[in-house]
Order: sequence, then C-alpha cells, then structure tokens
Amino acid sequence: MLRLIARRFGLMMLIMFVVTLLLFLANEADPLRVARSVLGPYAQPEQLDLWIQQNGYDRSLAIRYLDWIGRLLVGDLGQSVIYKRPVGEIFWTRLANTGILAGITFVIMVLLALVLGVLAGMAEGSPRDRFISVLSIATTSVPEYASAVILMAIFVFWLGWLPGTSSMMAGFSWIEMVLPVSVLVLYGFGYIARMTRASMAEVMTTHYIRTAVLKGLPYKHIILKHALRNALIAPFTVIMLQINWLLSGVVVTEYAFGYKGFGALLLEAALRRDIYVIEACGVAAVFVAVFTQTLGDLGYTYLNPRIRFK
Amino acid sequence: MPDDIRPDTDVPVLEIEDLRLSYYTRAGEIPAVMDFSLKVNAGESVGLVGESGCGKSTVANGIMRYMGKNGGIVGGTIKFKGRDMAEMSDEEVRRLRGAEIAMIYQEPMAALNPSMTIADQLTEVLTEHEGIGRQEAAERAAEMLDAVHIPDPRRLMDSYPHQISGGQQQRVVIAMALLSRPSLLLLDEPTTALDVTVEAGIVELIAELSEKTGASLLYISHNLGLMLEVCDRICVMYSGEVVEQGSIDSIFSWPKHPYTHGLFGCIPLPHADKNARPLAAIRGQLPLPHQRPKGCYFGPRCDFFVQEKCGQQQIPMEEVTTDNDPVHRVRCARWNEVDTSTAMIAGEAREPAPVGEVVLEVDNMKKYYEVKDSSFGAMLSGQSMRYVKANETINFRARRSETIGIVGESGCGKSTFAKVLMGLETATDGEVRLNHVNIGAIPVRSRTADQLSSLQMVFQNPNDTLNPSHTIGGQIGRVIKHFGIEKDPAKIHERVMNLLDTVKLPRAFAERKPRQLSGGQKQRVGIARAFAGNPSTVIADEPISALDVSVAAAVTELLMDIQREHETTLLFISHDLSAVRYLADRIVVMYLGQIMERGTTDEVFAPPYHPYTEALLSAVPIADPEIEKRRIVLEGNLPSVLDPPAGCPFCTRCPRVLGDICENERPPVQIDGEGHAIACHIPLDELRQVEPVLKVPNELEKKRSLMLKQARAKKAAAEAAAAEAAAASARARAAAAEAALADELVADADAAIKQDQT
Repeated sequence: MLRLIARRFGLMMLIMFVVTLLLFLANEADPLRVARSVLGPYAQPEQLDLWIQQNGYDRSLAIRYLDWIGRLLVGDLGQSVIYKRPVGEIFWTRLANTGILAGITFVIMVLLALVLGVLAGMAEGSPRDRFISVLSIATTSVPEYASAVILMAIFVFWLGWLPGTSSMMAGFSWIEMVLPVSVLVLYGFGYIARMTRASMAEVMTTHYIRTAVLKGLPYKHIILKHALRNALIAPFTVIMLQINWLLSGVVVTEYAFGYKGFGALLLEAALRRDIYVIEACGVAAVFVAVFTQTLGDLGYTYLNPRIRFK
Repeated sequence: MPDDIRPDTDVPVLEIEDLRLSYYTRAGEIPAVMDFSLKVNAGESVGLVGESGCGKSTVANGIMRYMGKNGGIVGGTIKFKGRDMAEMSDEEVRRLRGAEIAMIYQEPMAALNPSMTIADQLTEVLTEHEGIGRQEAAERAAEMLDAVHIPDPRRLMDSYPHQISGGQQQRVVIAMALLSRPSLLLLDEPTTALDVTVEAGIVELIAELSEKTGASLLYISHNLGLMLEVCDRICVMYSGEVVEQGSIDSIFSWPKHPYTHGLFGCIPLPHADKNARPLAAIRGQLPLPHQRPKGCYFGPRCDFFVQEKCGQQQIPMEEVTTDNDPVHRVRCARWNEVDTSTAMIAGEAREPAPVGEVVLEVDNMKKYYEVKDSSFGAMLSGQSMRYVKANETINFRARRSETIGIVGESGCGKSTFAKVLMGLETATDGEVRLNHVNIGAIPVRSRTADQLSSLQMVFQNPNDTLNPSHTIGGQIGRVIKHFGIEKDPAKIHERVMNLLDTVKLPRAFAERKPRQLSGGQKQRVGIARAFAGNPSTVIADEPISALDVSVAAAVTELLMDIQREHETTLLFISHDLSAVRYLADRIVVMYLGQIMERGTTDEVFAPPYHPYTEALLSAVPIADPEIEKRRIVLEGNLPSVLDPPAGCPFCTRCPRVLGDICENERPPVQIDGEGHAIACHIPLDELRQVEPVLKVPNELEKKRSLMLKQARAKKAAAEAAAAEAAAASARARAAAAEAALADELVADADAAIKQDQT
C-alpha cells in the first residue's frame, strides 16, 4: 500500500510538471507579450525592452521556467497587474473563501446525495425510489444561474429572510453563506444521488447480498456492512470529480451572489489578462484536480480490495 | 437457538405439503412450482433433480421464504420441525436463516462479499445468531475452516474471497453454512461451477460433515450421477411438478415415469456406445410456464401419451408399490399400463464409420504467452519476462471421420489449443498441419477462404456466439458467401435451407432472430454455421456443457449424424469424461498445458492409467448404481500456470508421487502397445497393476443383480409377512391359551357351584 501511495504521488508530480510547463509556455513564451500585458497597450518599444531586461525576460526559456517554479515553491506568485499588489495577498484569501464555500457545500451535498441514493437504491422501483429519482433529475437540470435567481426571488425579495449578496463586507457571516451553498447543493447532489442509486440497486441484486440475507442478518446490518461499501465504489470517483467543479466551476454562483471567491478572481484575471494571477490560479486548479484524483485512486483501492495492489 | 425449536428426532425436519409457488409478471401469475410435497427426516439426504426451469431452485427459495418482490407462496404449508413457517413473523424467519436452515450456493465467488475479509463474513454468523463475542466467534470460525480441510485457516481468514481458489471459496461457503450447526442444509448446485476433481473433494466433504453434525440435506442438482452418490431419496421435477419420487435404489432401478426413464437414456453412461447403443434424446423441449399443455405437462414429449388418459386433467401423484420401497410415487396416468423398462432406452444401432487418411497433424506444438513482470524483485533477478506455457509439446494425429476427445480441467490449455488451431493465436513453436499444409503460424486473417472453411468451430455458449441483431438465415448465408461456396443469392438461400434441414430445424427459422430460439436450437444453428463450408475438421469446444441433459443428448446425436454424413474429423474438447468416452474414438488427456495420456478410448479407460486420468475417472459421478467405482480424491488445487512444477506438472496433487524425481524431472513418455502413450515416471508394469476405476457389469451380471435385488426385496417382504403371520399366530395361540384358561376357570367355577349346591 505504501508503495502504491509513493507511486501515485510520483505520477502526480510528473503531471504537475507537464501542466506547469504548458501553463508557462502559454503565458510567458513570448517576453514581448508579457511586457505588453504588464505595461499596457500604450507602452513604447523602449519601455518594453527595458522592462524585459529589468525583469530577466532576456534569459532563456528553460532558465526562466526554473526560476518561476522556484519562486512558486517559496510562495512568490508575482505582482498583480490590476491590483498592483503581490498576487499572494489576493490569491490566498480568495482561495480560502472558495475553500469555505466548497467545503460546506461538499459535506452537505455528499451526505445528502449518499443518503438519498442509498435510500432509493435499497428499494428499486418503490414510490420512495421514484420520488428521489425525479427530485434529483429535476434539481440537476436547473442551471445554477436559474436556481440562484429563483431562490433569490423567494427568500430575498418575497420572504425577505436572507440577504441577497454574500460579499462578506462585515467579515464572515453564516447567513450570507446559505444561498450560495443551497444553489450549489441543489445543482450538484442529483448527479451523485443518481450514481449512488444505480450502484446500490445493482449491489442489492447480487448473490452476496442474497447470502447475507439467508445468513439471517438483520436488514440494517446487511445494508450497512454488506451493501454500502460495495455500492460506494462507483459514486466515489464521481464524488472526487465534484471537488474540481467546486473549485473552479462555482464562478457563476460566486458572481450571482457577489461572493469574493477563487472562480471570480480567475474570471477577472482572464478578462483583463492579468497573467501572474492567471498562472497562480491555473496551477492551483490543476493541483487540486490532480490531488483529488490521486486521493480518489487511493480511496478506490481501499474500497475495492479486488484491485488492491500487492 | 430459540427455545421453541428443539431438536426432535420424531418430527421431520422439513415437511412440505401441497406447496404452490408463483411469480407475478406483467403477463399475470405464473405458477413456478405446483402441488409439491416432501418430507425430510433428521439426518436424511434428499435430492431435487431436474433440468433448468423445472422449479427446483424456487423450492429452495420458497423454504427460505426468499422469493423476491414478484414471487410468493400461493398455497400449501412448509413445516420446519413441526412449526408452520407461514405463521412465523419475518423476524422469526430471519432467526431461522443461517442458524437452523443454511444454504450453499452454485457460484461461491459470487456468493461471497468481495470487499469483506473471510473472517468478517464468517464471524458475523455467530455474533448475530449466538450473541458471542468477536474473539470467540473467530476461534470457532477458524475451527470450522479446519473442519472443511482448509490448510492454514488463520492466514486464510484475513484474505479476501478473490485471493483464494474456487474450491477453497466453496469450502468457505460450506463452513459459513455449518457454523451455527443448522439442522437443514439447502445445497443449490453446490459443485456445478467447479472442476470434477474439486467437485469430488467437495462432495466427500459435505457427506463427512453432514454425518458429523447430523444435518439433513436438501440437495438440488441437474446431475443424476451426483444424486446417486449423495442422496438417500430423490424427487425428479419437470415443469414445476414432482413427477417421480422415491428412494435412490428404486428410482435408479425401476424408474416409472417416462421422463425419468428418458433422462437415463440421455446420459452417456459407461455402457452406452455411439454405434451399438446410441443415446436416445427426449424429443421436443420443456414447455414455458405459461404454455404448459393441458393434462400431463410431459405429454407432448412422451412416447406413451394417450389423449383420453393423459391429456384431460391434472395427473395426480400415485403410490407405486414396489416391494421394498413404500414411498415410491409417480405422476403418470399410465404407469402401471406401460412398462418403461422394456421400452427403448437406446437409439438405433449404427455401423461404425470407417476411418480415413490423416487430416490433421500436430507436431511438438508449443504456445507460450509472455508475461511482463515489472516488479522490483524481478528486475533485480533479471527475470522481467516470464512465460505462461499454455501448451507444451502437443503431439497427435487425427484421421478422416475420426473423433478425438481432448479432456482436461479448467486451465489445462485445451481452449488455447483450439485457438491455435483456429489461428486466433499462432503457435510459438512446432507445426500444425491441416491437409499437409502448416497453418500453425498463420493467423486467422491471413488464412485463405479454403483453409478457413475446412477448419471450423462450434462454441460453448450458443447464447453469446450468435449476433442478436441478425436473422439465423442471414448469419448462415453470410458464412456461405464469405467462404465463396456459392455466389448467387438464390443458391445461397437454398443451401441455408438445406443446412437447416440437416440440423433438424424448421425452415421458417431462417427468418428468426436468435432471441426467439431456445439454447438447444441456438446450438443447432451454431453447428449449421460450422458445417456451412463443408469443413474437413470441426473443433467443438464444450458444445454441450451449457445445455440441459435432454437437449445435450439431442445435440450430441445431431453432431455425430452430421459428422458421419460428411466424414468430418471432430475434435471434441470437454471436461466431461462421460461425454468424451461416449463420443471419442481416441482421447488426449491434458493437464497444465501438457499431454498426460493419449490413446484409444478403450485404452485410456482401462489400466494402465496415468495417475491423473485415474483420478479424473474416479471423480466423475455416474448415474448407474450397478457400477462400482474406486474412490480417489485429489488434494490441493491446480498450480499456477506462471509457476508450474519443474518436473511432472501433476506432481503437486498426484496420490502416487514417487519422490524427488517427479518434482524435478520431466516424466518420460512411455508407449504401451500401438499408440497408447503415458507421460509418467512410474514404470508401465506398475501402472498396469492397478484395478480398473470403474467396474461395469455386463448385461448378464446386470440382469442378475437386478433379479437379486428383486429377490432380496421379495424375501424381505416375505419375511415381513411371515413375521406378521408369526405374530398373528402367536396372538392366536395366546388367545387360545386364554380361552383354555377361561374354560378351565369356568369349569372350576361350575365345579365350585356344584359343590356348594351339594
């Protein structure tokens, strides 16, 4: 198992190397373009040349890449063009904000999806199963921007129970988290619930469940000890994929509620060509993606001993 | 154990009366089991036998009250130890399951939870039913694993099911069933998925354990031979009904129902002979549950069917009074009119086909698969490439019209061999010459149409080998066109029709899709397709092992008829020694990729035997009580193909292993007589000295034994009658004595009165 973990992390490093290289090439291959995007469209050629020399952009590509990686590793993310401040100052708070939103959403969404999925799959074809299935399809098929508007219309404008924005102007506030989390959970849980349901329903028809029933085990015991673990194998991969979406795919929700998160930061940076911010966000997004996949693979081998390596 | 259920030898463990089980589908209620009555006494072993779809597994599920959402008990009672199970609550039934009634399943791999250790799966039975702690439960589980002869139980407890072999998995399932000492064990085809030598071990184990624990067994199987070995009584089921039940002795000696009788005619017993005494298949097929005929369900397939008697109303079970068996019952309206025992049990005799010139020659053929071992240790030792020797120096010849049987258990390389012949794999070394052309190195895509059409294959599972979206006629016609036999569509159509006639399918089937056909019919289409190009050689890879007994017999006979007509060379690959003995002229016995023994059928089935052949012969259950069998049960499992023994491949399991020589040196091929070859270190003279495994009585002996049995039964009956008579006479004497005493008393009294008066 230790060797498997070592191998998986080795592979992860390799992927990170390739991706950072691609990211670097896409953004910084041409020093002139970098200078132009930092100094703006009205900078003179002499100014650009001077900037290139001052910032070491006249060195070879390989040296510049290694230099960039080195600075990334010690936490120096460069200077933001828009904010005229070190990227680190903005980036980490934004990442943390999204982390909080994603974390809360993830816990609620996964728990809800698994419970509903298992409840539906346990009794395939029952009214309970039908209700849960229809509910999860319905909520998943409403996009976030639509559900954000609908929820706002109900809870903000009509009932007036909740604030309409989540900008956290006066520090962190739970009440401002309710709407963004609800929108994300509504959109995201259906998919996992459907996967869990299908997987659970399949497991319930297997011979080893029959064995467990005919061993005389209580129903609760059969579900919890025999069915659940096998039923979780398929949805587990999907759940790990959802973490990606929670980091960078939540930009619509963040925008809708004015939440100062990572997605919003990346979008702004991309629109205004703030290359150091783009790079930092890109590396972070890829790291999370690769890391969750590695965790996913490890968890998968834990859940499914048949593919466990010797 | 719940207090209200106490072991009681007087009350039958299981008593089923007039049980009716049904499934509910969109088409309405479908009766799966009807009018089923059975009594199982303590310590008794009862068999349920029948072909697929006859309802035997449904009975087991009904007893367990595990019928799924769409099934249910419609009528009748099931009493377990005198208690009506219908009156039990779900909770009570749950407490019976696994504790008092346990089940053993057909596929052990599927029956065990893949993500739980063996220890967890075993101990939960005890912690649940007996409320003991985990530690104690683990102790008991380890003891039980030891009792089912699993070596090193403690290490195995930490394994997951996929890490152990099929035979061991089944032993674990058996251990699980026996853990809390049930009084009734339901066994649903417990050995069907296992190799014969493994099956023999499991059968022995079940018998040993049931004797030890006193559990009653309800044994479900399609295999009559197995029933003979394990049961005291059997019920023969057909289309949801028991058609005949009685003791093993009386069912096997005097089967009364035409279906039971027909089944025996379908089994290739040792005295069956493909020329002199061919199998007699039961015509037609099992009716679907909603298409059962009026009256006797077996009517349309029965030779003794009479409309007035058999086709009017439900046929009741009737008592058959054979002298020694008071519980032989049969569901046949004409059982005492027709004598099935004199009726044809064999088909028509035929002349043996003359054998022609050599068609197929295999010389030192080898097939190795490369396996890359990328582990660190392998890299260090420089053995990063390892070989799976799927076939090692295969040699043999096959002549025109000849049938070669290739026998071996799973993993012996018989299917790899077929693949090399077909060109799906190419030989690593050696030659395969078909009509004097070496085709061993030519992959199937490079073979000419001629080469392809002259070597064809019939596959094991007919359900998977036909394209579900093409018509039958289209699939056969395509082969004809592809091999360039006919070009003109009209002529192709005509040939398809002829082929359908040849395999005895109605011509209308040309327009049907595979899903509209039964398993046997699909296999006929597979045969038609194989013979479409007039092949000189046909490889049949387990062509009948997926089919039911009665269907298999028909397909076997068909295959032989066509072979005879076309003078085809047939390579019959099978694990079923009975079928091979019946069909083959010559036999090749394989083990772990190597030929162990080779010779004519008579040579292989008589001493000298290779020790593996000897064990294989002994392992096959035979459905004939007259045949005496020497028991040889192999220990252990097949070694891994990646790491076979350096010497004789069989040395790890061989009961006659000599010592180091077997482990380290390749055995020499010893030739006995014409072409009988045995690869073994034991000298031929010593091999010759063993007794035959099977003692097949000849006709005269058989008749004598039957008469002896009848005479013995008569004698027993006479003795019983005499005893009764004796008892009666004793009673008469006592009565007389009493009467005499009474007379005396009266006389005394009279005398006394007279005295008084005087």
